[in-house]
Amino acid sequence: MSTFWSLWIIIGSLIVVFGCAWLLRMVLVDTMGEEGKEMPHSFDGIVEMNNPLPKWWTIMFAISIVWGLGYFALYGLANYAGPQQWQSANKHVYSLAESKAAVIAARDAGAVVQYDVEMDSADAVYGATYANYASKSVEELVKDPEAIKVGQRLFIQNCAQCHGSDARGQRGFPNLTDSDWLYGGSFDKIKESIMQGRVATGMMAWKDALGGDQGVEEVVTYVQSLSGRKVNAKMAAAGKAKFGLCMACHGTDGTGNEMMGAPNLTDKVWLYGGSKAAITDSVANGRTGVMPAWSEILGNDKVHVISAYVYSLSNK
Amino acid sequence: MTHTSPSHADYNYTVVRQFAITTVIWGIIGMAVGVFIAAQLYWPQLNFDTPWLTFSRLRPLHTNAVIFAFGTSALFATSYYVVQRTCQTRLFSDKLASFTFWGWQAVILSAVVTLPLGYTTSKEYAELEWPIDILITIVWVAYAVNFFGTLIKRKTSHIYVANWFYGSFILVVAVLHLVNSAAIPLDWGKSYSIYGGATDAMVQWWYGHNAVGFLLTAGFLGMMYYFVPKQAERPVYSYRLSIVHFWALIALYIWAGPHHLHYTALPDWTQTVGMVMSVILFAPSWGGMINGIMTLSGAWHKLRTDPILRFLIVSLSFYGMSTFEGPMMAIKTVNALSHYTDWTVGHVHSGALGWVAMVSVGALYHMIPRLYGNTQMYSTKLINTHFWLATIGTVLYIVALWISGVMQGLMWSAVNADGTLTYSFVESLQASYPFYLMRTIGGVFFVAGMVIMLYNVIKTIKAPAGTLTDSQAL
Repeated sequence: MSTFWSLWIIIGSLIVVFGCAWLLRMVLVDTMGEEGKEMPHSFDGIVEMNNPLPKWWTIMFAISIVWGLGYFALYGLANYAGPQQWQSANKHVYSLAESKAAVIAARDAGAVVQYDVEMDSADAVYGATYANYASKSVEELVKDPEAIKVGQRLFIQNCAQCHGSDARGQRGFPNLTDSDWLYGGSFDKIKESIMQGRVATGMMAWKDALGGDQGVEEVVTYVQSLSGRKVNAKMAAAGKAKFGLCMACHGTDGTGNEMMGAPNLTDKVWLYGGSKAAITDSVANGRTGVMPAWSEILGNDKVHVISAYVYSLSNK
Repeated sequence: MTHTSPSHADYNYTVVRQFAITTVIWGIIGMAVGVFIAAQLYWPQLNFDTPWLTFSRLRPLHTNAVIFAFGTSALFATSYYVVQRTCQTRLFSDKLASFTFWGWQAVILSAVVTLPLGYTTSKEYAELEWPIDILITIVWVAYAVNFFGTLIKRKTSHIYVANWFYGSFILVVAVLHLVNSAAIPLDWGKSYSIYGGATDAMVQWWYGHNAVGFLLTAGFLGMMYYFVPKQAERPVYSYRLSIVHFWALIALYIWAGPHHLHYTALPDWTQTVGMVMSVILFAPSWGGMINGIMTLSGAWHKLRTDPILRFLIVSLSFYGMSTFEGPMMAIKTVNALSHYTDWTVGHVHSGALGWVAMVSVGALYHMIPRLYGNTQMYSTKLINTHFWLATIGTVLYIVALWISGVMQGLMWSAVNADGTLTYSFVESLQASYPFYLMRTIGGVFFVAGMVIMLYNVIKTIKAPAGTLTDSQAL
């Protein structure tokens, strides 16, 4: 903020607060005639008494004015930051990296940032609980109902937006309760998916490469046949010939590849829908799935507990 | 200084009568819509799968109807009455007065049609689209010219305190409306605010809070300053208190808006200013209550026999309560608990039902018989019944929302031993259910009182002049 606007705000605010003090003093000093008598004017039969201001009210008003000035002095106004350089949160932060840098910069400058203070105190209170869970193996955690409950609560607050509060997912977001895993269902693989995130850019738009709608329909027909559906055999055979393009990721038999997150096409689990129209859309236009990385947001300890919870869903 | 008292014939009572009657009718309609949408929160199927009967469309209709149809009509009626009587002169212009009445009815009817149809700017309490905004501006300028014109041609030496408050209300509402409604039209039914992002939010709540401060507070304090001493037949307690609380109130209120946006993208200093000014505002707000209630000193016994006075004094008590609650909720620490909960809705209604509606009702009961050549309403008993329905209704309403609001705030911030949230949002909603029923019942009480009032008003208007005096009152 420029110095001009800063002064504008400070002067304007102080004029009002000091103005109230001046007004109060004026009315206390100037009794406007004799106290306890009627004022020398009347309106439609209404007269006004010249009674003094109630003392308790005057004191209350004065205290609130002093308090207000004190608050400005302590918490700042416009470009005046105050002795603690108080802020509700770090400003002009547009990424996680900037946020982390701002937290450190504020700490170095000795500034009080309320959000950071609250996060620090939460870590101080709850950090030990999670550090304890993080030191245990998944086998131990799965047997500890309290740990699984903690993992479930964290899941509901951080993961349920996409994967659902029952972890059964929704279209485009995998069901985590079955045994079908895009990137592997071991505890370590699950934790890796959560910590580092997953970006599935491999399924590109194949329409042109397959020679237009006809080619797409043939491949889709073949893909449908892989999970045992009844299809036009001639179309499927034509599709099989073109499936070579897909094998690099989905494998020669279409069972997918966990290294690349390429789905198994031979089961009945369809991330983006198993109807002919949905599969056609996937093949013709491609799909991009993103699982964000949580290591920087939740940290290893919390992710460890969440991973144990997710693992427990399909490993009872 | 001596004045010859003008007779009734010298005042323009036509426009006062028109606005007084529409106040009662719009009050019933606006509050009934409120009861309906309160019931929808308890029985959601009451929207009958009809778009224009949904909460989202009827809620702005309710707020616009009670603030601008009921409340503002009450201010039009009483300000036209008070400014004439305390200036001892007829209104500046009868034609302008008539224009403000019919113009304002056109504004209200446009709102009644467009809001259920879904036309909205999406700005709270400023939902009406730009063509209606222009009509509001024209009517308001006519109102200002008429009011201040009357003040200028007054036959008294001073301007009575009630008119300071009415005048500040008229001026500031004009400025608020012009600034906040500035928009670029897309077509006849859609426009976009000329402000963006946090600026738009700030302008909106500068408007929103001062609609409360200048329309629902300053305007009604003007009403209070005339009708309380009139009905109590006592002098106003302290002239000097009225000076200090008037100037401090209008100077501070205009800064208080940011307290609606605590812990948002609004700059910290803006929130700081909003909170500090709101807290300092507490004492000046109470100045009005003290001046009103202390006006009764030496006449407390009248409360036993006069339900109109009871309306006025209880309204001041609710005013005092909500102007204590408001500054408290503006403190960030308290706001962290109360914001986004039903507590806010309860707070608004303790002001709207307890203060605004009850002081208006008291003023109308005083004024209406006098507009028709009588001194008493048709039935004092029915006023008393109305008083109890209104008081019980208000208490039911605000207690219900205090409980559910504080409960919601506590549930939303409750954490387990591991730091995770204890409750989901739906659980807090489930816990609020019984209180939604309780608030609906409170609303039914309040509307029932208003219906009784309408009957009493019709009977009073139909009674021949001079037949309703103290001795004959039922």
